[in-house]
Amino acid sequence: MRLAAAEKIKKAASLPDLEALRISYLGKKGELTAVLKQMGGLSPEERPAAGQLANEIRATIEELIAARQKKFKEKEKSKRLVSEAIDVTLPGKSSPIGHKHPISIVLDEVTDLFIGMGFSVASGPEVELDYYNFEALNIPPGHPARDTQDTFYITDKVLLRTQTSPVQIRYMENNKPPIRIISPGRVYRSDSVDATHSPLFHQIEGLVVDKGITMGDLKACLEAIAKGIFGGGTKIRLRPHHFPFTEPSCEVDVSCFRCGGSGCPMCKYEGWIEVLGAGMVHPKVLKNGGINPDEYSGFAFGVGLERITLFRFRIDDMRLLFENDVRFLSQF
Amino acid sequence: MLLSKKWLNDFLKTDIADKKFAGIMTMSGSKVEGFRREGDELEKIVVARIISLERHPNSDHLFICSADVGGESPIQIVTGAQNLSAGDFVPVALDGSVTAGGKKIKKSKLRGVESDGMFCSLGELGLTAHDFPYAVSDGVFVLGGDCDRLPGADIKSAIGLDDTVFEFEITPNRPDCLSVIGLAREAAAALEMPFCVPAPCVKAGAGDVGDCLSIDISDNEKCYRYAGAVVKNVRIAPSPRWMRERLRAGGVRPINNIVDITNFVMLEYGQPMHAFDYRFLEGGSVIVRTAKKGETITTLDGVQRALSEDMLVIADAVKPVAVAGVMGGEYSGIMDDTQTIVFESACFNGPSVRSTSKKLGMRTEASARYEKGLDPKGCRACLDRALELVQLLDAGDVVNGVIDCDKTADARATVQFDPDWTNSFIGIDMSADEQAKILERLSFKVQDGIVTVPSFRGDVEHKADIAEEVARFYGFENIKSHPIISTTAGALNDTQKLQKLAGDILLAQGLTEIMTYSFISPKSYDKIMLGADSPLRKSIVISNPLGEDTSVMRTTSVPSMLEVLSRNFNNRNAAARLYELSTVYIPKDGEELPEEKITVSLGMYGEGLDFFSLKGVIEELLLSFGICDCDVEAVTDCAYLHPGRAAKLTAGGDELGIFGEVHPDVLDNYEIDTKAYVGSVDFNTLKKHADLARSYKQLPKFPATTRDLAFVCDKSLPVLTLRRAISSAAGGVLESLTLFDVYEGSQIPEGMKSVAFNLVLRSPDKTMTDEEADDAVRRSVKALEKLGISLRGQ
Repeated sequence: MRLAAAEKIKKAASLPDLEALRISYLGKKGELTAVLKQMGGLSPEERPAAGQLANEIRATIEELIAARQKKFKEKEKSKRLVSEAIDVTLPGKSSPIGHKHPISIVLDEVTDLFIGMGFSVASGPEVELDYYNFEALNIPPGHPARDTQDTFYITDKVLLRTQTSPVQIRYMENNKPPIRIISPGRVYRSDSVDATHSPLFHQIEGLVVDKGITMGDLKACLEAIAKGIFGGGTKIRLRPHHFPFTEPSCEVDVSCFRCGGSGCPMCKYEGWIEVLGAGMVHPKVLKNGGINPDEYSGFAFGVGLERITLFRFRIDDMRLLFENDVRFLSQF
Repeated sequence: MLLSKKWLNDFLKTDIADKKFAGIMTMSGSKVEGFRREGDELEKIVVARIISLERHPNSDHLFICSADVGGESPIQIVTGAQNLSAGDFVPVALDGSVTAGGKKIKKSKLRGVESDGMFCSLGELGLTAHDFPYAVSDGVFVLGGDCDRLPGADIKSAIGLDDTVFEFEITPNRPDCLSVIGLAREAAAALEMPFCVPAPCVKAGAGDVGDCLSIDISDNEKCYRYAGAVVKNVRIAPSPRWMRERLRAGGVRPINNIVDITNFVMLEYGQPMHAFDYRFLEGGSVIVRTAKKGETITTLDGVQRALSEDMLVIADAVKPVAVAGVMGGEYSGIMDDTQTIVFESACFNGPSVRSTSKKLGMRTEASARYEKGLDPKGCRACLDRALELVQLLDAGDVVNGVIDCDKTADARATVQFDPDWTNSFIGIDMSADEQAKILERLSFKVQDGIVTVPSFRGDVEHKADIAEEVARFYGFENIKSHPIISTTAGALNDTQKLQKLAGDILLAQGLTEIMTYSFISPKSYDKIMLGADSPLRKSIVISNPLGEDTSVMRTTSVPSMLEVLSRNFNNRNAAARLYELSTVYIPKDGEELPEEKITVSLGMYGEGLDFFSLKGVIEELLLSFGICDCDVEAVTDCAYLHPGRAAKLTAGGDELGIFGEVHPDVLDNYEIDTKAYVGSVDFNTLKKHADLARSYKQLPKFPATTRDLAFVCDKSLPVLTLRRAISSAAGGVLESLTLFDVYEGSQIPEGMKSVAFNLVLRSPDKTMTDEEADDAVRRSVKALEKLGISLRGQ
C-alpha cells in the first residue's frame, strides 16, 4: 500500500488530486482507515506490530502528501508572482513638496554656517532713519557716498536703508560685547531693473565686537565663510578698499569656483571673483554704537545675497529671482 | 583714473612689467581695473620715406611711389593720397600688417601695378586730428618734425604711440590719487622707490599782477583758498607732442596750448584749473561770493541757468563769470583772439560744490574732484606749474607775481604714532621703524610719537587710519589668519525659529516660496478694490521713486501675491500654489518709523483647488503652531474676496488672518481667467498664540466604539454649529468627530441638507459598553434636537 500510495502521490497533478488521494487513504472511508478498523480482529500479540506499521504508513503518506502539497503551492505562488509583475517605469504617486526660493536656500545655508560659528541673527527696520543708515556710519551729510541717485528717500530724515549696516549701530546700542551677529535683510537702491541690478536686493551684514579682535580674526572668519559657501578648496584674497564705516577696509575676492583660479570667462581670466566687502569697524562707528573703541575692536562685513545666489545656481539674470515663475522656482 | 606709464616715469623711473605693476598697485589699495598698451593692435607698420612718386598709367588719381623702409632696396606702394610729395615721411603698413580696427593688409595689385603695402592715415593708426593737429584729415599722415623720422622704424615708437595706460578705480576718500603725482606717490611706496615732485620754477616776467588783478573771497566757508595769476600776449597754438600724448593717455582731448595746460595740471596734480579771458572780467577783479537773488549765468555749454543764494560763484565787478568748482560762464573760455588770461587755482568746500552741481544737474570733471575735498595747500604749486608750462611752451608772457587768497589754517592734522596699537589692531608684529618708514614714503612725518598728516590726506584723522596705511603696505595677504574661537552660543531666536517653521510647514504642503518687491503701485489698492477710506491705503510714500509701479511701501501683501499669480497664469502655468513671508509697512503717526509686520501670504490657482484647499493649508499651519482653538467665520465685506467664499480666522479674540476666493472683479483686474484663492495670516498673532510645548499622551489601551449619525438641518446652518453641539454633548468619551457627508437632493426636503458624522468613542480606563456608547449618542441627538435638528429618517 505504501508503495502504491507513494506512486499515486507522485503522479498527482494538482492540489485537488492530492486531497482526493489523502481522502482515499486517510479519510473516514480510506484504505488505511479501513485497515486500522480491522485491527480489532488481530491478536494482542500481532496488534502492536500491525499498529506500528499502520502508523508508519500513515506518517509516510502524510509526509509525502505534505511535501507534494508544498511543491504545488510554491509553483502556484511563483506563477502568481509572475502574473503580478508590473511596469516599474510607470510614474510614482507622490505628494509633491513645495520649493524654497533660491535666495532662501542660500540664506539658510549661510545662516547655518554662522550659527555654527557662534553668531546670532539680528534684524533692523528697512524704512530707516538717515542717522542710522548714514550719519552713525561715518557718512555725514554732503559725503559723496550719499548720492541721492542711489537712495530712496521718504522724508529728509527717513529713507529706505541702502545697506544692512545700520543694524550694526542699532545692535550695539542695545547689546554689550561680545557681539557676534549676522543680519540678513532687504536693502534698496535706486537702480533700474536689468540682468544684474534690482532696486531691491538682499545683504547679509556681519559684526563681531570683542576685546582684542584683529584683522587676523576677520581673515579667518572670511576664510570660513568662503569655504562654507563656495566649497572647501576656496581661497580668499583681501584687497585694500574704502568704506566709510570700516578702517582698514577691504574687498574680498574668492578663488574662482568654476576654474579654481586658473582663469575662465566666469572670472574674466583673473582667477578671482569679488564677493564681499569687509573691514575693521571704524572707531567712530563703535563710539556711535555706545562702545568704547579704546577697549574694544571689531570687524564687519557685508555680502550681497543675490550675487552669491546667481553664482551658486549659475543664474544669468537677476530678474528671474523676482519674477517668481513656478517653472523657475521649481528647479530648486 | 587713467595713468600713463610715461607720465608716471616723469616722477619714478621704473621698468617694471605692466602686469606686475598692476598687481602690486591693486594689492596696496589702488585697484587697477585694467590696462592697455596703446597701438597694441598695430603690427608691421613702419616709417617710410617717399623717394619718388609718379602717376599710375591706368588711373587718373593713383600714384606709384617708391619708398625707403630701411631695407636694402626700396618698396613700391600704390596710393590714392593726394597730399604726398617726395621726401615725405609716412607710415606704411607692410605686407601682413594690421592697422587699427584689426584690418589686415596684404601685398596686392592696383590696376595692374604691384603694391607692397599701404600708406596709412591717422585713422588707420587709431588716432585723430587732435593727436596730430597738423595732419590732414583726408589723406595719408605725413610725419612732422615732432616724430622720429627714421625709415624702417616701428611707427608706434616713432610717433609716441607706445605708452601703457592703466585704469584705476579710485575710492572717494582718496581724491589725491585722482592725479599722476598721487598715484606715483603710491607706486613709489609700493615699489619702495624714492619719490619726489620737483617744485615748479617760474622765471621772472614783466609787470606786476597786482596792477591788473584783484581777488576777494567773501565766503570763507565755501572757498578756502583762491590763487590767480595773469598771462599776457597769449599765443594760442597746438601743444607739443609730449603734452598731447599725455593728455590722450589721460583720456582728455588736446585742444590748444592754454586749455591743454589747465587739463595737464589737473591730471598731474589733481587740481582743477580754469583760464578766464581777461577781456570779460570786468574791473579786472575776481570776487568769490554766493549768488545774489535772481542771478543767472549762461555756462560754457550755452545753457542759461538760474542760481540760488547758496551757490558759490566766481564773479567780476558786475556779474557771475563761473559757477565755482563746476563750470565756467559763456565768455570765460579761451577763444582764438584771447590775448590775456587769468589762471584760477582754488579750493572750494566739497559738499557745497556737490550740492550746487546736483541742483544745477551739472556734474563735471571739476565738480567730481572738488566734491571729494581737495588739498587746500595744493593750489599754489598747481598755479606755478601752469605758469611754468606757459613759459616752457612759450604760450604767453607771464605777469610777475601771484595773488593768493589763503584762508586755510596752517596747522597740519596730527595723529598719535602708536605702533603697538597698530600691531595689535591688525594682528601683525612690525617694528616701529618699519611702520614709520611706510608712513614716510607716503609723505607723512613721524616725529616724537606724532604722525603729521600731509595736507592732501584729509581722510586720515585717527590711529585706525594710520594702521590702515601700515597694513596695506605690510600687505593684507601677509596678515596671518587667526582662527576665531567662539565665546558666544549661536542660535535662531524664537521669532526666527517660528518663521522657519511656517516656511517648512508650507513647503511640506507643496507650496512654493516667492519673493516680491516691498514697494508697489498705489493703483494696486484700486485693483484690489479697497474702499476709498480703507486705512490700508495710507502707505509710506517714496519721494524719489523709480516709477509709479514701485512708489509706495505695501500695507498688504495681497497685490504682490495677485501679481505673481497673474504672471504665472499668463505664462500658461497650469497651477501655482505659493507663499511668501512678506513684510508690510504700516505707517505710524508723527515721526515714528512705520511698523514692519510679517504676513504669511498665501495664494493658489489650478485644477482641483478650491476654497477648502487653501483652508486646509492654513489649518495645517495652525495645527503645527499648536493653535487649536481658532474660530472661523464667514466674512462678506472683504473688498478683494468673494462675498460668499471668504472667511476670517480669530484666535482668543485676535484677528489671525483672512482668506478666500478672489473676487471675480479683482481677478479681471489682474487678468486671471480662472478661480484663484488668496489668504494672509499675521505672523505676530500666529507667534502670540503659538504653543509648541508638547507632552506625551498615553496610547489608548482599550478599544474604541464607532457610530455614524446623519442629521437633517437647514441648508444655511454652518456645520460648525452641529459639531460644537455634538462635541459638548458627547463629552470626554468622544475621541474624534469626522464629517463624512453633506448631501442635498432627493429624499431631503427642499431647503434642507443632510450632514453625516462618524463618531469615535473611547473610554480611557475600560472597554466601552454598547450602552455607554448609545448613551453618548443619545445625548448628542438630544442636544441637536434642542436646536431643532433631527436625526435623518425620523
